[in-house]
Amino acid sequence: MLARRIIPCLDVRDGKVVKGVQFRNHEIIGDIVPLAQKYAEAGADELVFYDITASSDGRVVDKSWVTRIAEVIDIPFCVAGGIKSEADAKEILMMGADKISINSPALRDPELITRLADVFGQQCIVVGVDSFFNKDANNGRGEYQVYQFTGDEKRTQKTGWTTFDWIERVVSLGAGEIVLNCMNQDGVRQGYDIEQLKQARAVCNVPLIASGGAGTMKHFSDIYQQADVDGALAASVFHKGVIAIKDLKTYLKEQRIEVRPC
Amino acid sequence: MAELMTEVKTATKNVIVDTGCANLASVKFAVERLGYQVTITDDIELIQQADKVILPGVGSAKHAMANIKAKNLVTVLQNLTQPVLGFCLGMQLMTESSTEGNKLSTEGEKSSTEGGKDNVVPCLNLIPTKVEPLKAQENRLPHMGWNTLTQVSDHPIFNGVTTGDYFYFVHSFAAPVSEYTIASCEYGSTFSAAIAKDNFIGCQFHPERSSALGSKIIQNFLELEPQELVKL
Repeated sequence: MLARRIIPCLDVRDGKVVKGVQFRNHEIIGDIVPLAQKYAEAGADELVFYDITASSDGRVVDKSWVTRIAEVIDIPFCVAGGIKSEADAKEILMMGADKISINSPALRDPELITRLADVFGQQCIVVGVDSFFNKDANNGRGEYQVYQFTGDEKRTQKTGWTTFDWIERVVSLGAGEIVLNCMNQDGVRQGYDIEQLKQARAVCNVPLIASGGAGTMKHFSDIYQQADVDGALAASVFHKGVIAIKDLKTYLKEQRIEVRPC
Repeated sequence: MAELMTEVKTATKNVIVDTGCANLASVKFAVERLGYQVTITDDIELIQQADKVILPGVGSAKHAMANIKAKNLVTVLQNLTQPVLGFCLGMQLMTESSTEGNKLSTEGEKSSTEGGKDNVVPCLNLIPTKVEPLKAQENRLPHMGWNTLTQVSDHPIFNGVTTGDYFYFVHSFAAPVSEYTIASCEYGSTFSAAIAKDNFIGCQFHPERSSALGSKIIQNFLELEPQELVKL
Protein backbone atom coordinates (compact mmCIF):
# COMPACT_ATOMS: atom_id res chain seq x y z
CA MET A 1 0.00 0.00 0.00
CA LEU A 2 1.05 3.54 -0.67
CA ALA A 3 2.56 4.91 2.53
CA ARG A 4 1.62 8.26 4.04
CA ARG A 5 4.63 10.53 3.79
CA ILE A 6 6.41 12.38 6.59
CA ILE A 7 8.21 15.41 5.26
CA PRO A 8 10.58 17.56 7.30
CA CYS A 9 10.88 21.07 5.91
CA LEU A 10 14.15 22.97 6.16
CA ASP A 11 14.41 26.73 5.69
CA VAL A 12 17.60 27.67 3.91
CA ARG A 13 19.35 31.01 3.92
CA ASP A 14 22.71 31.42 2.20
CA GLY A 15 23.25 27.67 2.24
CA LYS A 16 22.56 27.27 5.96
CA VAL A 17 19.47 25.85 7.63
CA VAL A 18 17.81 28.56 9.68
CA LYS A 19 14.74 28.96 11.80
CA GLY A 20 13.06 32.33 12.03
CA VAL A 21 11.22 33.71 14.97
CA GLN A 22 8.21 35.50 13.52
CA PHE A 23 9.92 35.89 10.15
CA ARG A 24 12.91 37.70 11.68
CA ASN A 25 16.03 36.97 13.67
CA HIS A 26 16.89 33.85 11.79
CA GLU A 27 19.07 31.66 13.90
CA ILE A 28 21.32 29.19 12.15
CA ILE A 29 20.37 25.62 13.00
CA GLY A 30 23.20 24.00 11.12
CA ASP A 31 24.83 23.07 7.86
CA ILE A 32 22.42 21.92 5.24
CA VAL A 33 24.12 18.74 4.06
CA PRO A 34 24.59 16.95 7.40
CA LEU A 35 21.06 17.91 8.43
CA ALA A 36 19.61 16.60 5.17
CA GLN A 37 21.57 13.40 5.63
CA LYS A 38 20.45 13.08 9.24
CA TYR A 39 16.77 13.30 8.27
CA ALA A 40 17.18 10.87 5.37
CA GLU A 41 18.83 8.36 7.68
CA ALA A 42 16.23 8.93 10.39
CA GLY A 43 13.47 7.71 8.07
CA ALA A 44 12.05 10.88 6.52
CA ASP A 45 10.17 9.99 3.34
CA GLU A 46 10.99 13.18 1.54
CA LEU A 47 12.52 16.58 2.31
CA VAL A 48 11.51 20.10 1.37
CA PHE A 49 14.07 22.89 1.26
CA TYR A 50 12.57 26.32 1.31
CA ASP A 51 15.03 28.95 0.16
CA ILE A 52 14.01 32.06 2.05
CA THR A 53 16.94 34.03 0.68
CA ALA A 54 15.57 33.77 -2.79
CA SER A 55 11.97 34.65 -2.26
CA SER A 56 12.41 37.85 -0.32
CA ASP A 57 15.11 39.91 -1.97
CA GLY A 58 15.11 38.82 -5.62
CA ARG A 59 18.87 38.81 -6.17
CA VAL A 60 20.75 36.01 -7.92
CA VAL A 61 21.13 33.31 -5.33
CA ASP A 62 23.80 30.65 -5.05
CA LYS A 63 21.96 27.35 -5.41
CA SER A 64 24.97 25.05 -5.36
CA TRP A 65 23.70 23.56 -2.10
CA VAL A 66 21.05 21.75 -4.17
CA THR A 67 23.77 19.67 -5.80
CA ARG A 68 25.43 19.01 -2.47
CA ILE A 69 22.15 17.64 -1.12
CA ALA A 70 21.54 15.50 -4.21
CA GLU A 71 25.00 14.01 -3.80
CA VAL A 72 24.37 12.69 -0.31
CA ILE A 73 20.71 11.82 0.11
CA ASP A 74 18.86 8.85 -1.35
CA ILE A 75 15.27 9.97 -0.80
CA PRO A 76 13.34 12.48 -2.91
CA PHE A 77 13.55 16.18 -2.20
CA CYS A 78 11.80 19.32 -3.30
CA VAL A 79 13.17 22.84 -3.56
CA ALA A 80 10.91 25.83 -2.96
CA GLY A 81 11.55 29.55 -3.06
CA GLY A 82 12.69 31.86 -5.82
CA ILE A 83 11.68 29.70 -8.79
CA LYS A 84 10.04 32.07 -11.23
CA SER A 85 10.68 30.67 -14.68
CA GLU A 86 11.37 27.57 -16.75
CA ALA A 87 15.08 28.43 -16.59
CA ASP A 88 15.03 28.59 -12.78
CA ALA A 89 13.20 25.27 -12.63
CA LYS A 90 15.59 23.62 -15.05
CA GLU A 91 18.60 24.75 -13.06
CA ILE A 92 17.27 23.26 -9.83
CA LEU A 93 16.12 19.99 -11.42
CA MET A 94 19.41 19.55 -13.28
CA MET A 95 21.23 19.95 -9.97
CA GLY A 96 19.38 16.87 -8.75
CA ALA A 97 16.19 18.05 -7.06
CA ASP A 98 13.22 15.77 -7.73
CA LYS A 99 10.57 18.44 -7.55
CA ILE A 100 10.27 22.17 -7.53
CA SER A 101 7.62 24.09 -5.66
CA ILE A 102 6.25 27.42 -6.79
CA ASN A 103 3.97 29.76 -4.93
CA SER A 104 3.88 33.53 -5.58
CA PRO A 105 5.10 33.20 -9.22
CA ALA A 106 2.14 30.90 -9.91
CA LEU A 107 -0.22 33.56 -8.59
CA ARG A 108 1.33 36.18 -10.84
CA ASP A 109 1.40 33.90 -13.89
CA PRO A 110 -0.81 30.80 -13.48
CA GLU A 111 0.07 29.50 -16.94
CA LEU A 112 3.62 29.01 -15.65
CA ILE A 113 2.33 25.83 -13.98
CA THR A 114 1.25 24.41 -17.34
CA ARG A 115 4.48 25.37 -19.06
CA LEU A 116 6.57 23.78 -16.31
CA ALA A 117 4.46 20.61 -16.33
CA ASP A 118 4.76 20.32 -20.11
CA VAL A 119 8.52 20.58 -20.07
CA PHE A 120 9.46 18.73 -16.89
CA GLY A 121 6.46 16.49 -16.25
CA GLN A 122 3.51 17.05 -13.95
CA GLN A 123 5.10 14.88 -11.26
CA CYS A 124 7.79 17.40 -10.38
CA ILE A 125 5.65 20.54 -10.25
CA VAL A 126 4.43 21.28 -6.75
CA VAL A 127 2.32 24.31 -6.00
CA GLY A 128 2.54 25.75 -2.52
CA VAL A 129 -0.57 27.57 -1.30
CA ASP A 130 -0.41 29.92 1.68
CA SER A 131 -3.88 30.09 3.11
CA PHE A 132 -5.24 32.27 5.90
CA PHE A 133 -8.66 32.01 7.48
CA ASN A 134 -10.13 35.50 7.70
CA LYS A 135 -12.93 35.14 10.18
CA ASP A 136 -14.45 38.53 9.31
CA ALA A 137 -14.55 37.93 5.55
CA ASN A 138 -17.55 36.69 3.62
CA ASN A 139 -20.00 38.80 5.67
CA GLY A 140 -18.62 37.53 8.92
CA ARG A 141 -18.95 33.87 7.97
CA GLY A 142 -15.23 33.60 7.46
CA GLU A 143 -13.27 32.58 4.40
CA TYR A 144 -10.03 30.80 3.53
CA GLN A 145 -7.97 33.22 1.46
CA VAL A 146 -4.73 32.86 -0.45
CA TYR A 147 -1.78 35.06 0.49
CA GLN A 148 1.42 35.75 -1.37
CA PHE A 149 4.97 36.85 -0.58
CA THR A 150 4.63 35.24 2.83
CA GLY A 151 8.40 34.81 3.07
CA ASP A 152 8.68 38.50 3.86
CA GLU A 153 6.32 39.93 6.45
CA LYS A 154 6.43 43.42 4.98
CA ARG A 155 5.40 42.25 1.53
CA THR A 156 2.86 39.63 2.56
CA GLN A 157 -0.47 40.40 0.93
CA LYS A 158 -3.86 38.91 0.33
CA THR A 159 -4.70 37.81 -3.21
CA GLY A 160 -8.10 37.76 -4.84
CA TRP A 161 -8.30 33.99 -4.63
CA THR A 162 -10.17 31.90 -2.13
CA THR A 163 -8.13 28.86 -1.18
CA PHE A 164 -10.30 26.12 -2.67
CA ASP A 165 -10.90 27.97 -5.95
CA TRP A 166 -7.16 28.43 -6.31
CA ILE A 167 -6.42 24.77 -5.57
CA GLU A 168 -8.93 23.69 -8.21
CA ARG A 169 -7.38 26.12 -10.67
CA VAL A 170 -3.77 25.02 -10.15
CA VAL A 171 -4.72 21.35 -10.38
CA SER A 172 -6.50 22.01 -13.68
CA LEU A 173 -3.39 23.82 -14.91
CA GLY A 174 -1.22 20.76 -14.31
CA ALA A 175 0.12 20.91 -10.75
CA GLY A 176 1.32 17.46 -9.67
CA GLU A 177 1.03 18.05 -5.94
CA ILE A 178 -0.34 20.69 -3.57
CA VAL A 179 1.26 21.78 -0.31
CA LEU A 180 -1.32 23.66 1.72
CA ASN A 181 0.27 25.91 4.32
CA CYS A 182 -2.35 26.84 6.87
CA MET A 183 -1.03 30.17 8.11
CA ASN A 184 -3.25 30.44 11.18
CA GLN A 185 -1.68 27.24 12.48
CA ASP A 186 1.87 27.98 11.45
CA GLY A 187 4.40 27.69 14.22
CA VAL A 188 1.86 27.32 17.02
CA ARG A 189 1.95 23.51 17.19
CA GLN A 190 -1.76 23.19 17.97
CA GLY A 191 -2.42 20.68 15.23
CA TYR A 192 -3.04 20.78 11.50
CA ASP A 193 -6.16 22.57 10.25
CA ILE A 194 -8.29 19.49 9.76
CA GLU A 195 -11.40 21.33 8.58
CA GLN A 196 -9.52 23.27 5.94
CA LEU A 197 -7.54 20.27 4.72
CA LYS A 198 -10.72 18.19 4.46
CA GLN A 199 -12.23 20.83 2.21
CA ALA A 200 -9.03 21.06 0.20
CA ARG A 201 -8.99 17.27 -0.16
CA ALA A 202 -12.46 17.35 -1.68
CA VAL A 203 -11.30 19.60 -4.55
CA CYS A 204 -7.80 18.18 -4.99
CA ASN A 205 -7.35 14.97 -7.00
CA VAL A 206 -3.56 15.12 -6.95
CA PRO A 207 -1.42 14.42 -3.87
CA LEU A 208 -2.11 16.88 -1.03
CA ILE A 209 0.42 17.71 1.67
CA ALA A 210 -0.62 19.30 4.97
CA SER A 211 1.59 22.02 6.37
CA GLY A 212 1.44 24.11 9.51
CA GLY A 213 0.58 23.21 13.06
CA ALA A 214 2.23 19.89 13.88
CA GLY A 215 3.00 19.69 17.58
CA THR A 216 2.34 16.12 18.66
CA MET A 217 2.30 12.67 17.11
CA LYS A 218 -1.48 12.62 17.40
CA HIS A 219 -1.65 15.67 15.13
CA PHE A 220 -0.13 13.53 12.39
CA SER A 221 -2.49 10.60 12.85
CA ASP A 222 -5.46 12.98 13.01
CA ILE A 223 -4.64 14.66 9.73
CA TYR A 224 -4.01 11.40 7.90
CA GLN A 225 -7.18 9.79 9.25
CA GLN A 226 -9.52 12.75 9.11
CA ALA A 227 -8.39 14.70 6.04
CA ASP A 228 -6.90 11.83 4.02
CA VAL A 229 -3.79 13.82 3.10
CA ASP A 230 -0.94 12.06 1.31
CA GLY A 231 1.76 13.61 3.40
CA ALA A 232 2.36 15.88 6.35
CA LEU A 233 5.08 18.48 6.43
CA ALA A 234 6.59 19.84 9.63
CA ALA A 235 9.62 21.81 10.70
CA SER A 236 10.07 22.82 14.32
CA VAL A 237 8.92 19.56 15.93
CA PHE A 238 11.66 17.76 14.04
CA HIS A 239 14.36 20.42 14.30
CA LYS A 240 13.85 20.86 18.02
CA GLY A 241 13.75 17.14 18.62
CA VAL A 242 10.20 17.25 20.00
CA ILE A 243 9.31 14.28 17.78
CA ALA A 244 11.71 11.66 16.46
CA ILE A 245 10.68 10.32 13.06
CA LYS A 246 11.25 6.74 14.17
CA ASP A 247 8.92 7.15 17.16
CA LEU A 248 6.36 8.91 14.98
CA LYS A 249 6.33 6.05 12.49
CA THR A 250 6.00 3.48 15.25
CA TYR A 251 3.07 5.46 16.66
CA LEU A 252 1.37 5.84 13.27
CA LYS A 253 1.73 2.14 12.59
CA GLU A 254 0.01 1.44 15.90
CA GLN A 255 -2.83 3.68 14.70
CA ARG A 256 -3.01 1.43 11.62
CA ILE A 257 -1.72 4.13 9.32
CA GLU A 258 0.43 2.88 6.46
CA VAL A 259 4.00 4.16 6.82
CA ARG A 260 7.33 3.09 5.42
CA PRO A 261 9.47 1.58 8.18
CA CYS A 262 12.59 3.56 9.10
CA MET B 1 43.68 -0.29 0.05
CA ALA B 2 41.11 2.32 -0.81
CA GLU B 3 42.93 2.97 -4.05
CA LEU B 4 42.88 -0.66 -4.92
CA MET B 5 39.14 -0.79 -4.39
CA THR B 6 38.58 2.19 -6.65
CA GLU B 7 40.63 0.47 -9.30
CA VAL B 8 38.52 -2.66 -9.16
CA LYS B 9 35.31 -0.71 -9.38
CA THR B 10 36.42 1.45 -12.30
CA ALA B 11 37.57 -1.60 -14.23
CA THR B 12 34.03 -1.82 -15.57
CA LYS B 13 32.76 1.02 -17.70
CA ASN B 14 29.38 2.32 -16.66
CA VAL B 15 27.40 4.90 -18.55
CA ILE B 16 24.20 6.82 -18.00
CA VAL B 17 22.55 7.60 -21.31
CA ASP B 18 21.97 11.33 -21.62
CA THR B 19 18.31 11.31 -22.63
CA GLY B 20 18.06 15.05 -22.10
CA CYS B 21 15.82 14.46 -19.08
CA ALA B 22 16.24 16.21 -15.78
CA ASN B 23 17.16 13.53 -13.24
CA LEU B 24 20.54 12.52 -14.66
CA ALA B 25 22.46 14.08 -11.78
CA SER B 26 20.61 12.17 -9.08
CA VAL B 27 21.20 8.88 -10.91
CA LYS B 28 24.90 9.68 -11.26
CA PHE B 29 25.20 10.56 -7.57
CA ALA B 30 23.44 7.33 -6.58
CA VAL B 31 26.00 5.31 -8.56
CA GLU B 32 28.89 7.32 -7.13
CA ARG B 33 27.66 6.84 -3.56
CA LEU B 34 28.23 3.12 -4.13
CA GLY B 35 31.83 3.84 -5.05
CA TYR B 36 31.50 3.39 -8.82
CA GLN B 37 32.50 5.76 -11.54
CA VAL B 38 29.97 6.54 -14.21
CA THR B 39 29.81 8.81 -17.23
CA ILE B 40 26.74 10.66 -18.42
CA THR B 41 26.93 10.57 -22.19
CA ASP B 42 25.11 10.56 -25.51
CA ASP B 43 28.26 9.50 -27.34
CA ILE B 44 27.43 6.47 -29.47
CA GLU B 45 30.81 4.77 -29.06
CA LEU B 46 30.96 5.28 -25.30
CA ILE B 47 27.50 3.77 -24.96
CA GLN B 48 28.34 0.81 -27.20
CA GLN B 49 31.59 0.11 -25.36
CA ALA B 50 30.13 0.31 -21.86
CA ASP B 51 29.86 -2.78 -19.68
CA LYS B 52 26.68 -1.54 -18.02
CA VAL B 53 24.22 1.02 -19.34
CA ILE B 54 21.69 2.96 -17.28
CA LEU B 55 18.73 4.54 -19.07
CA PRO B 56 17.10 7.09 -16.78
CA GLY B 57 14.21 9.38 -17.50
CA VAL B 58 11.52 11.62 -16.16
CA GLY B 59 8.93 13.62 -18.01
CA SER B 60 6.94 12.45 -21.01
CA ALA B 61 7.73 9.55 -23.34
CA LYS B 62 7.15 11.79 -26.33
CA HIS B 63 9.74 14.32 -25.20
CA ALA B 64 12.30 11.63 -24.31
CA MET B 65 11.86 9.65 -27.55
CA ALA B 66 12.24 12.86 -29.53
CA ASN B 67 15.53 13.50 -27.72
CA ILE B 68 16.73 9.95 -28.33
CA LYS B 69 15.91 10.24 -32.03
CA ALA B 70 17.58 13.62 -32.32
CA LYS B 71 20.74 12.11 -30.82
CA ASN B 72 20.59 9.16 -33.27
CA LEU B 73 20.46 6.72 -30.40
CA VAL B 74 17.44 4.59 -31.33
CA THR B 75 19.26 1.75 -33.09
CA VAL B 76 22.28 2.14 -30.82
CA LEU B 77 20.14 1.39 -27.78
CA GLN B 78 18.19 -1.33 -29.59
CA ASN B 79 21.39 -3.18 -30.48
CA LEU B 80 22.99 -3.14 -27.05
CA THR B 81 23.85 -6.61 -25.76
CA GLN B 82 25.31 -5.63 -22.38
CA PRO B 83 22.99 -5.24 -19.37
CA VAL B 84 20.81 -2.13 -19.57
CA LEU B 85 18.82 -0.84 -16.59
CA GLY B 86 15.98 1.62 -17.12
CA PHE B 87 14.56 3.81 -14.38
CA CYS B 88 10.97 5.05 -14.46
CA LEU B 89 10.47 6.62 -17.89
CA GLY B 90 13.63 4.79 -18.93
CA MET B 91 11.79 1.53 -18.26
CA GLN B 92 8.76 2.74 -20.19
CA LEU B 93 10.95 3.62 -23.17
CA MET B 94 12.03 -0.05 -23.36
CA THR B 95 8.48 -1.11 -24.28
CA GLU B 96 6.75 -1.12 -27.67
CA SER B 97 4.83 2.08 -27.09
CA SER B 98 3.45 4.50 -24.57
CA THR B 99 0.22 6.47 -24.58
CA GLU B 100 1.95 9.22 -22.64
CA GLY B 101 2.30 11.31 -25.74
CA ASN B 102 0.06 14.27 -25.45
CA LYS B 103 1.11 17.55 -23.99
CA LEU B 104 -0.32 18.39 -20.64
CA SER B 105 -3.05 20.79 -21.50
CA THR B 106 -5.57 22.12 -19.06
CA GLU B 107 -7.29 18.79 -19.61
CA GLY B 108 -4.23 17.17 -18.09
CA GLU B 109 -4.54 13.53 -17.18
CA LYS B 110 -8.07 13.32 -18.46
CA SER B 111 -7.16 13.57 -22.12
CA SER B 112 -4.33 11.08 -21.63
CA THR B 113 -6.70 8.57 -20.11
CA GLU B 114 -8.98 8.83 -23.09
CA GLY B 115 -5.89 7.84 -25.01
CA GLY B 116 -6.71 8.26 -28.68
CA LYS B 117 -4.40 6.75 -31.27
CA ASP B 118 -2.73 10.11 -31.79
CA ASN B 119 -1.28 9.84 -28.32
CA VAL B 120 0.61 6.61 -28.92
CA VAL B 121 4.36 7.14 -28.90
CA PRO B 122 6.43 4.34 -30.44
CA CYS B 123 9.22 3.42 -28.01
CA LEU B 124 12.37 1.30 -28.32
CA ASN B 125 10.46 -1.98 -28.62
CA LEU B 126 12.88 -4.04 -26.54
CA ILE B 127 10.35 -5.62 -24.19
CA PRO B 128 7.03 -6.62 -25.80
CA THR B 129 4.56 -4.74 -23.63
CA LYS B 130 2.76 -1.41 -23.85
CA VAL B 131 2.65 1.48 -21.41
CA GLU B 132 -0.86 2.66 -20.66
CA PRO B 133 -2.53 5.02 -18.19
CA LEU B 134 -2.34 3.55 -14.71
CA LYS B 135 -5.74 2.16 -13.73
CA ALA B 136 -5.71 3.80 -10.34
CA GLN B 137 -9.48 3.46 -9.81
CA GLU B 138 -10.45 5.82 -7.01
CA ASN B 139 -6.82 6.58 -6.12
CA ARG B 140 -5.20 9.90 -6.90
CA LEU B 141 -2.75 10.44 -9.74
CA PRO B 142 0.16 10.77 -10.11
CA HIS B 143 0.94 7.65 -8.08
CA MET B 144 3.51 9.43 -5.96
CA GLY B 145 5.32 8.17 -2.91
CA TRP B 146 6.57 4.99 -1.28
CA ASN B 147 4.74 1.82 -2.17
CA THR B 148 5.37 -1.87 -1.57
CA LEU B 149 6.23 -4.54 -4.08
CA THR B 150 3.43 -7.09 -4.05
CA GLN B 151 5.39 -9.73 -5.92
CA VAL B 152 9.11 -10.09 -6.56
CA SER B 153 10.61 -12.70 -8.89
CA ASP B 154 13.94 -14.42 -8.44
CA HIS B 155 15.58 -12.14 -11.02
CA PRO B 156 19.09 -11.41 -9.71
CA ILE B 157 18.51 -7.64 -9.93
CA PHE B 158 16.28 -8.19 -6.87
CA ASN B 159 18.87 -10.03 -4.75
CA GLY B 160 18.21 -8.86 -1.21
CA VAL B 161 14.75 -7.44 -2.04
CA THR B 162 11.51 -9.11 -0.98
CA THR B 163 7.77 -8.69 -1.27
CA GLY B 164 6.59 -5.90 0.99
CA ASP B 165 9.68 -3.75 0.53
CA TYR B 166 9.04 -0.06 -0.15
CA PHE B 167 10.23 1.84 -3.21
CA TYR B 168 9.66 5.39 -4.40
CA PHE B 169 7.22 5.70 -7.30
CA VAL B 170 6.22 8.78 -9.31
CA HIS B 171 4.13 8.06 -12.40
CA SER B 172 0.71 8.11 -14.00
CA PHE B 173 1.40 5.51 -16.70
CA ALA B 174 2.47 1.91 -16.27
CA ALA B 175 3.13 -1.40 -18.01
CA PRO B 176 0.51 -4.06 -17.26
CA VAL B 177 1.47 -7.34 -15.67
CA SER B 178 2.79 -9.68 -18.36
CA GLU B 179 5.22 -12.55 -18.80
CA TYR B 180 7.98 -9.94 -18.66
CA THR B 181 6.98 -8.70 -15.21
CA ILE B 182 9.70 -9.36 -12.63
CA ALA B 183 8.08 -7.38 -9.80
CA SER B 184 4.62 -5.96 -9.32
CA CYS B 185 2.97 -3.21 -7.33
CA GLU B 186 -0.64 -2.29 -6.60
CA TYR B 187 -2.31 1.08 -6.86
CA GLY B 188 -5.95 0.67 -7.77
CA SER B 189 -4.81 -2.23 -9.95
CA THR B 190 -1.73 -4.41 -10.22
CA PHE B 191 0.95 -3.20 -12.61
CA SER B 192 4.59 -3.99 -13.43
CA ALA B 193 6.98 -2.48 -10.89
CA ALA B 194 9.77 -3.96 -12.99
CA ILE B 195 10.07 -5.76 -16.32
CA ALA B 196 12.90 -7.61 -18.03
CA LYS B 197 13.76 -9.40 -21.24
CA ASP B 198 17.20 -10.61 -22.24
CA ASN B 199 19.73 -7.92 -21.26
CA PHE B 200 17.08 -5.22 -20.72
CA ILE B 201 15.76 -4.58 -17.21
CA GLY B 202 13.46 -1.72 -16.24
CA CYS B 203 12.13 -0.46 -12.92
CA GLN B 204 9.03 1.72 -12.78
CA PHE B 205 10.14 3.11 -9.40
CA HIS B 206 13.20 5.27 -8.80
CA PRO B 207 16.04 3.16 -7.29
CA GLU B 208 18.14 6.33 -7.00
CA ARG B 209 15.56 7.78 -4.63
CA SER B 210 14.51 4.61 -2.82
CA SER B 211 16.91 4.71 0.11
CA ALA B 212 18.98 1.63 1.00
CA LEU B 213 16.92 -0.88 -0.99
CA GLY B 214 17.10 1.26 -4.11
CA SER B 215 20.88 1.39 -3.74
CA LYS B 216 20.87 -2.38 -3.39
CA ILE B 217 19.27 -2.72 -6.83
CA ILE B 218 21.82 -0.38 -8.41
CA GLN B 219 24.57 -2.27 -6.65
CA ASN B 220 23.25 -5.61 -7.93
CA PHE B 221 23.20 -4.20 -11.43
CA LEU B 222 26.75 -2.92 -11.26
CA GLU B 223 28.25 -5.82 -9.35
CA LEU B 224 26.74 -8.89 -10.98
CA GLU B 225 28.39 -10.45 -13.99
CA PRO B 226 26.60 -9.57 -17.24
CA GLN B 227 25.62 -13.20 -17.85
CA GLU B 228 23.96 -13.36 -14.42
CA LEU B 229 21.78 -10.38 -15.27
CA VAL B 230 20.69 -11.63 -18.64
CA LYS B 231 17.59 -13.70 -18.02
CA LEU B 232 15.67 -15.20 -20.88
